[in-house]
Amino acid sequence: MCLAVPGQVIAIEGDEPLTRQGRVDFGGVTRLVNLAYVPEVVVGDTVLVHVGFAISRLNEAEAARTYALLDELGALEPEPEPESEPTA
Amino acid sequence: MADGFSPGGACPIPLSDYPRVSLAHGGGGRLMQQLIRRMLAPAFAGSVAEAQHDGARLPPLIGTPVMTTDSYVIRPRFFPGGDIGSLAVQGTVNDLAMCGAQPLYLTLGLILEEGLPMDELWRIVQSIHGAATAAGVQIVSGDTKVVEQGQADGIYINTAGMGAVPEGLRVHPDRVAPGDRILVSGDIGRHGIAVLSQREQLGFETTLASDCAALHTLVQALLTAAPDTHCLRDCTRGGLGAALIEIGEAAAMELHVEEGGVPVSPPVSAACELLGLEPLFVACEGRLVAFVPEVQAEAALAALRAHPLGEGATAIGHVAPPTAHGARVVMHSPYGTSRLLDLPSGEQLPRIC
Amino acid sequence: METLHATRDPAAIRRTAEALHKLQTRPWRVMEVCGGQTHAIIKYGLPELLPAGLTLIHGPGCPVCVTPAAHIDMAIELTRRRDVILCSFGDMLRVPGNGGDLLGARASGGDVRIVYSPMDALALAEQNPQREVVFFGVGFETTAPANAMAVLQAARRGVGNFSLLAAHVLVPPAMEAILQHPDCGIDAFLAAGHVCAVMGYTAYHPLAERYGVPIVVTGFEPLDILQGLFLAVGQLERGEARVENQYRRAVTEGGNRPAQDVVTEIFQVVERRWRGLGELPASGLGLRPAYAAHDAQLRFGLAEPAEPAAGVCLAGQVLQGRVQPPECPAFGGDCTPEHPLGAPMVSSEGACAAYYRYRPHERRTAAAGQGAHG
Repeated sequence: MCLAVPGQVIAIEGDEPLTRQGRVDFGGVTRLVNLAYVPEVVVGDTVLVHVGFAISRLNEAEAARTYALLDELGALEPEPEPESEPTA
Repeated sequence: MADGFSPGGACPIPLSDYPRVSLAHGGGGRLMQQLIRRMLAPAFAGSVAEAQHDGARLPPLIGTPVMTTDSYVIRPRFFPGGDIGSLAVQGTVNDLAMCGAQPLYLTLGLILEEGLPMDELWRIVQSIHGAATAAGVQIVSGDTKVVEQGQADGIYINTAGMGAVPEGLRVHPDRVAPGDRILVSGDIGRHGIAVLSQREQLGFETTLASDCAALHTLVQALLTAAPDTHCLRDCTRGGLGAALIEIGEAAAMELHVEEGGVPVSPPVSAACELLGLEPLFVACEGRLVAFVPEVQAEAALAALRAHPLGEGATAIGHVAPPTAHGARVVMHSPYGTSRLLDLPSGEQLPRIC
Repeated sequence: METLHATRDPAAIRRTAEALHKLQTRPWRVMEVCGGQTHAIIKYGLPELLPAGLTLIHGPGCPVCVTPAAHIDMAIELTRRRDVILCSFGDMLRVPGNGGDLLGARASGGDVRIVYSPMDALALAEQNPQREVVFFGVGFETTAPANAMAVLQAARRGVGNFSLLAAHVLVPPAMEAILQHPDCGIDAFLAAGHVCAVMGYTAYHPLAERYGVPIVVTGFEPLDILQGLFLAVGQLERGEARVENQYRRAVTEGGNRPAQDVVTEIFQVVERRWRGLGELPASGLGLRPAYAAHDAQLRFGLAEPAEPAAGVCLAGQVLQGRVQPPECPAFGGDCTPEHPLGAPMVSSEGACAAYYRYRPHERRTAAAGQGAHG
């Protein structure tokens, strides 16, 4: 169900929305991927590919936030009560 | 090299007359004689082989004789970096080399499917010749059969190999001991992915080629620098993972491997991600794993790296005495967690989940 | 790839795990629904990084595990026809139906081919006009858009010899079935990230509200899963129960509209019998009447065989998280990946196979009848 892999679109061919295809580079391996479900995607974008279809365009800003979430983790952590011990 | 053999030249069987192998070519009659005399025998004649005789008389061996056999049924027949012919030579040479033997002689059994294109057979024969010459082995005996269309999937090849192990050398899983370092000669999974890339229904493109190669000179370099090497195994079907599990079981030891240290090239990694395959179990055909006593491990690694086929060699783990759990392979992740490595039930199948 | 690197960075993972340890003060049970997440959790040994009181329960998120056995039987029946080429994802080949599996069908002479994409099966149909090509359409909502597109293209291009054996299942009804069960001991869910990339997560708000459980849309990389757990535990510790999105780089609340539109065009929601969970209303996808010509079940007049009485296999309870695999009497004895009694032992993401492969010491404990470990 869930095996979708990120890859970069290096070329796009076709005009017809349902059959528009992109050549996607997964890092030394490329594949033609159907872009029908990501009409906004342009060359250079990163997409998530599942069974030969791009199902989502990777939001780079949000990706960066994910890795930076750790800083937010500090903010989200509730202030420890002075007397409680953390569960080890 | 025998008279009349011209690698790279035109097929010695006129293609306009015989574009495909027919049952008659295996029938024992004139057509079969023609195939053997014009194409096969010239390619494989060596100084010890007596053409058209049932058995090959060999000079006495120096050392302990070692024999092995393997059959090759790979599809597609031709893949980036090799073909079924070169593989049939290299695979058997490697089996001999892993015993510490110098490979000397091969036999060649061909089972051809009626309808196999003659020019493909010619390509394969040339490839066998090239691989044998490069490996310094002589093909001393052979056999050819032709079977009906629908059998043999084009061509099946069997090669038996004979070699000699120098006196005093013994490379065997039962020598594996606690403290041994585990070395791998290069990045894994190239062969399997190169072959998969040729299957249209899994259509992905890559410039990746198979790693298939004869490893006996690499082994010689290793054994010269580390003569006390305990065990060697070439990683073939089932990849590095299968080799580790099998040796662990044969040696009854616990192996510890740093998962992050196992070399995987980016295209292999990407293809495995895409298809949901575990790189550890993807086939190689030109990689070995070595179990070397700690004191000789540095020298062994240096010798491997100095050889063209071992440039990417690296240490991936060590051997520990078995616990109550018995023989097992423990994979240590980069996160300080560990898991046990277990053989998949059969061939890994690409998955969507 | 840059992204994959960052989401597997050991330092980031260590820091998130530490934050999780500091956060948790009480025991919690969290279920991850997606098989891909199960696979990552087991492969990277994530349970070892978690606080002792945080228990991960593996849910029914493996479509291979929940595809009805009856559909496998119908697929196998098709392979007995000489004119049929049955195409399938690799995952399904070793799963036993009620009478063998597709690998066995191939060994018996059936033309069974593994494909990576349903469009490859469509291409095969175009290249082989004299054969019937059937694609075994399993999967959750993530895969439905791809399968829908294959049918849409087949209809538009007049590829009459292509049909779909539709066996799709939907995630929210399965989660609801688990939540409704009186013995449901799940405190929070990690929702399947790629299902949500397609469908969005509006369907989960009513579940979070009605049952008072946090639901965190989570990705599949080790860092994603740990962050998802951090957010889930955070809500639990604070007594919240809402839908949250960890997988923001790939998932939006509304999901992928073009994909949803094509799915709605081709498929309709139907009742579906889930292997192990029984019949769940409005939990599957079947082809709409307008596309009946490409519906393999109709095209070949296949009758859905009745589900036999459950034998020893406890798959249903395992899938709902009520039984851990080592607690099953057959685990590691009568039931192993080499001779599986049920789907969770076959699929690489099934909970049983995951336990068997990566925790063999529990395998032995179970076989000795000592019950579960940890």
